[in-house]
Amino acid sequence: MNPRRTSAIVLRQFYLMRGSLSRILPLFVWVAIDIVLWGFITRYLNAVAAAGFNFVPLFLGAVLLWDFFARVMQGVTMTFFEDVWSRNFLNLFATPISLPEYLAGLVLSSIATSAIGLGIMLLIATLAFGLSFFVYGLMLLPFLLVLFLFGIALGIFGSALVLRLGPSAEWFVWPIPPLLSPFAAVFYPVSILPWWMQGISHVLPPSYVFQSMRTILSGGVISGYALLVAGCLAAFYIFLACWFFTRVYRYAVRTGLIARYSAETIT
Amino acid sequence: MRDLRKEYGGASAVDGISFDVRSREIVGLLGPNGAGKTTTISMILGVLEPTSGSIRIEDIDVAARRTQALERTNFAAVYAPLPGNLSVFQNLRIFGLLYGVRDLSERISALLEEFEVGAFRDVKCGILSSGEQTRVGLAKAMLNRPRLLLLDEPTASLDPATAREVRAKIRALTDQGPGGVLWTSHNMNEVEEVCDRVLFLSRGRILLAGDPKTLPREHGKESLEELFIAVAREPLTLTSG
Repeated sequence: MNPRRTSAIVLRQFYLMRGSLSRILPLFVWVAIDIVLWGFITRYLNAVAAAGFNFVPLFLGAVLLWDFFARVMQGVTMTFFEDVWSRNFLNLFATPISLPEYLAGLVLSSIATSAIGLGIMLLIATLAFGLSFFVYGLMLLPFLLVLFLFGIALGIFGSALVLRLGPSAEWFVWPIPPLLSPFAAVFYPVSILPWWMQGISHVLPPSYVFQSMRTILSGGVISGYALLVAGCLAAFYIFLACWFFTRVYRYAVRTGLIARYSAETIT
Repeated sequence: MRDLRKEYGGASAVDGISFDVRSREIVGLLGPNGAGKTTTISMILGVLEPTSGSIRIEDIDVAARRTQALERTNFAAVYAPLPGNLSVFQNLRIFGLLYGVRDLSERISALLEEFEVGAFRDVKCGILSSGEQTRVGLAKAMLNRPRLLLLDEPTASLDPATAREVRAKIRALTDQGPGGVLWTSHNMNEVEEVCDRVLFLSRGRILLAGDPKTLPREHGKESLEELFIAVAREPLTLTSG
């Protein structure tokens, strides 16, 4: 691994974002709208529900964590899409950069962009709606870590999908988080799902995070083992996503797709 | 390059070609459209896997040690412009990092001057004229002082005066060594002026090879252009000299 080559990918993203409103605004506008919307919903629920129960950490906290996961994933795919949009694959992959160096560049760029989104969300949720992350205690750190790792895995998977199927396959990537959210049990316990959805839920790391979050809020003791399973699952998905990306890249090099990417397919 | 072959579904795009590019030498890779020139260049750049055969750059196998081999190459091609949403300096800095160029700022300044694009340092590449983009692409191709420089029709979008200057520059840089250049072009006057040796490619095979100044007469043709047309139209009537 050569850190200079990885830094080139991050620097490119910094250059592109600097002074580009169309790249900076999406980092926080949609998540800010989400937080405002759910902030008012939880405030309304607090007003109409039985006194004593606070919906803010339950719903607003869940929305914030889920949006963080989605931002991490999009941070990876957006950095990758810059190479798609500028038709840069030939220039890029003819350099000495290795796949691990390139993927590390995507991940580091995502850390920077998702941190901005997280910061804005925390600011609005705390100042406008009184969400306190102290209610989750130190468990917030493993929550964020698991969601971050799973976001990275899906970001790399989505990038590989677009590399394989061509620029128009972006359409497959954007709906991935909303598609997973019913199974991840963001707002309700896994037990409420039908059996076949529960099966899927158990292999999704975020479901363990949201289950644990609800356990903390209901005064229960969370299972460290469950979070360990979530972390291991997320790490396994990163491994799988990197393997898939490598396979797709090798296919693209074998068939000439890298050199003729705009054609979308070589057959 | 040894016995280099690339097949697509049983059809050969490149059919067992072997050649060397020596230090301080410019080799012209010529041939009609679809002869296999760009396929050959893509294989040397590591973006297309050969079906068989090997590519070694300074004795480093591209397939086995891709990173080390590609540190020693670079390329410029009209079909691979630099990202248009970045400025000239930003592009050169990013590719300088990717190629591991030492003293990058000084190198970029020198190349901006060398290829006369200093005035466009902070201009986005996408709004440069095609000739200016070509010169920026050439500056990028020289960033790492490549041992093997691949130029795919490097002067195709340049006016005759600028094209002559660019040819002279590349010739001078090649003479300084230690690198060699593989150059494709459809401009036979240019090839005759700049290349030490030419390889005529037809249907994925090297049909002829030799000095561009003497090769036409060796095959009963008046000029390199006539020879090119003969290769394109009647490859079977010509044999390797």
